[in-house]
Amino acid sequence: MAKTLYDKLWESHVVRTEPDGTALLYIDRHLVHEVTSPQAFEGLKLAGRKPWRIGSIVATADHNTPTRDWEKGIEDPVSRQQVETLDANIREVGALAYFPFRDARQGIVHVIGPENGATLPGMTVVCGDSHTSTHGAFACLAHGIGTSEVEHVLATQCLLQKKSRTMLIRVEGALGRGVSAKDVALAVIGRIGTAGGTGFAIEFAGSAIRGLSMEGRMTLCNMAIEAGARAGLVAVDETTIQYLKGRPFSPSGETWDRAADHWRTLVSDPDAVFDAVIDIEAAKIEPQVTWGTSPEMVVPVGAAVPAPEDFEDPVKREGVARALQYMGLEPRTPIRAIPVDKVFIGSCTNSRIEDLRVAAAVARGRRKADNVKQVLVVPGSGLVKRQAESEGLDRIFQAAGFEWREPGCSMCLAMNADRLEPGERCASTSNRNFEGRQGAGGRTHLVSPAMAAAAAIAGHFADVRDLK
Amino acid sequence: MRAFTVHEGLVAPMDRANVDTDAIIPKQFLKSIKRSGFGPNLFDEWRYLDHGEPGMDNGRRPANPDFVLNQPRYRGASILLTRDNFGCGSSREHAPWALEDYGFRALIGTSFADIFFNNCFKNGLLPIRLPAAEVQDLFDQTAATPGYRLKVDLEARVVVRPDGRALAFEVDPFRRECLLNGWDDIGLTLRHADQIRDFEARRRIEQPWLFA
Ligand code: SF4
Repeated sequence: MAKTLYDKLWESHVVRTEPDGTALLYIDRHLVHEVTSPQAFEGLKLAGRKPWRIGSIVATADHNTPTRDWEKGIEDPVSRQQVETLDANIREVGALAYFPFRDARQGIVHVIGPENGATLPGMTVVCGDSHTSTHGAFACLAHGIGTSEVEHVLATQCLLQKKSRTMLIRVEGALGRGVSAKDVALAVIGRIGTAGGTGFAIEFAGSAIRGLSMEGRMTLCNMAIEAGARAGLVAVDETTIQYLKGRPFSPSGETWDRAADHWRTLVSDPDAVFDAVIDIEAAKIEPQVTWGTSPEMVVPVGAAVPAPEDFEDPVKREGVARALQYMGLEPRTPIRAIPVDKVFIGSCTNSRIEDLRVAAAVARGRRKADNVKQVLVVPGSGLVKRQAESEGLDRIFQAAGFEWREPGCSMCLAMNADRLEPGERCASTSNRNFEGRQGAGGRTHLVSPAMAAAAAIAGHFADVRDLK
Repeated sequence: MRAFTVHEGLVAPMDRANVDTDAIIPKQFLKSIKRSGFGPNLFDEWRYLDHGEPGMDNGRRPANPDFVLNQPRYRGASILLTRDNFGCGSSREHAPWALEDYGFRALIGTSFADIFFNNCFKNGLLPIRLPAAEVQDLFDQTAATPGYRLKVDLEARVVVRPDGRALAFEVDPFRRECLLNGWDDIGLTLRHADQIRDFEARRRIEQPWLFA
């Protein structure tokens, strides 16, 4: 019978199945960071259990780490304790790789996995972090888990799971100039809603997806969770295989050939049946900007903020009114008339080398607007940072008045010192515009890296396609 | 894990859609390396008028009188009524930990985000999905009836209203079994350790590059 990619990944990892369909799924890669792991390691120890396979663990500190003055260490004592707890746990338990604070390869957990070849096609990948969906770009069954499940994977190398339904999102045609994977992701969420993918694993397919780089595919799968889906997937093609060649944990020699042959089978069969199919025309997608406090509250840059009365459902109407109030926006305000106070270019959604190149191309030879108080550029990892510096991107950013920082999650969730003050409005390349996400009272608008840089230059949201 | 069989308790309404985990427990409280003590910071940004940080004496902070859980009629609530997509956002288990620590035992709503839904079961917190019309009716009843209480019977898979009407709900048999007995997942899984080892050994041969 014809199978979807998801079926293939699922079936190849089932160790056993309970009568009600709950499966024990084998986990190949376990990514670990400081925020969601301490209680899991503690639980393991209290129960007198040992980790099952330390060679599956790749760990880093990213959420709490500062993005400047690294020589000063971590000043916030609570953050420092969490990072030191991870240090101690990994020291005690072991790992395939650990990139601690200040390590040359430290970075956001979802950036370091792929760039080190620790995320390989056909794997199951888990992490105590919802954006683990990112790794699905490599045809991995990858999803976020809670801390109890982190402990479960540490102890048993398995996870108890129910099979998801499958959704195919087919994007055909060519993306317009200035339109990126981030815009595709936001347009998809605008269409199906933040609960649209709940219970589904989403496979992204179609010529527009095949035309994306691995960076773009990661951006797209990263945002699958914002559409409610635990997992996003893209089938293997030559782009996938080329990306992985020569990475530190990628296979080499004869094993490489065997692996690559196997990886090429990780595609949905042509006549596979999905539980839901959504077709999107690539050419119709425009640069997107969110205006509210949920990623589904999104419009094209040329549009205006909606009004509550545009919505029929009373719960929705109430939600829109509340969001407008929180965001300090009047109904019908054109997106391009909204000024920004800060700009954040970073996060596991958009902090890879390609994202920085795109942002730098917009910033080159320009300066940030005077009303913009701060533009943070935070590379996703130490390796991305050095690559960008070798291409001179740091100098372009600095000449434009942008700040060039050390890698980490930074203002994506503001657990470190990088944050919005109450009422501040930010154009952000991150993935969540929830209330208080980037700092209590902060107002987040999600955009692509090009659109973030354009907002920094214009001082308000601007259509990057208008820049010459 | 604490077992869940039958629970009867006061109902509180959380009348908004897409309540995310950042709202349930803001990130500054995620710096804790403990599993408990999150209850006083549940819904922190909505619940208090000032900005909360770990280590504050929450008893002395100004409460937001407009926030639903601060209304005297909902004090001591242990069942939370919710709208669509409750628990969306991050995988932080601190969200169910905070709800549980506050005193909630069951959540009743139209839909829950996947990871959050999963995490609840690991912590003796029962999320119940009911049809939209039934949930709307419960919101109406709760608003109209001070002291409105419900009984949740996991064994029988029903929510029983004070007027005697029983609302049936579905739950995975395996999850139900675990919750009814308060079983520890890890202990259960380790009973199959031999099967896991066999699977792993086969995988090592078939795809050695996964074991670098
Ligand atoms: S960058 Fe943001 S979304 Fe990504 S892992 Fe870090 S905090 Fe989470």
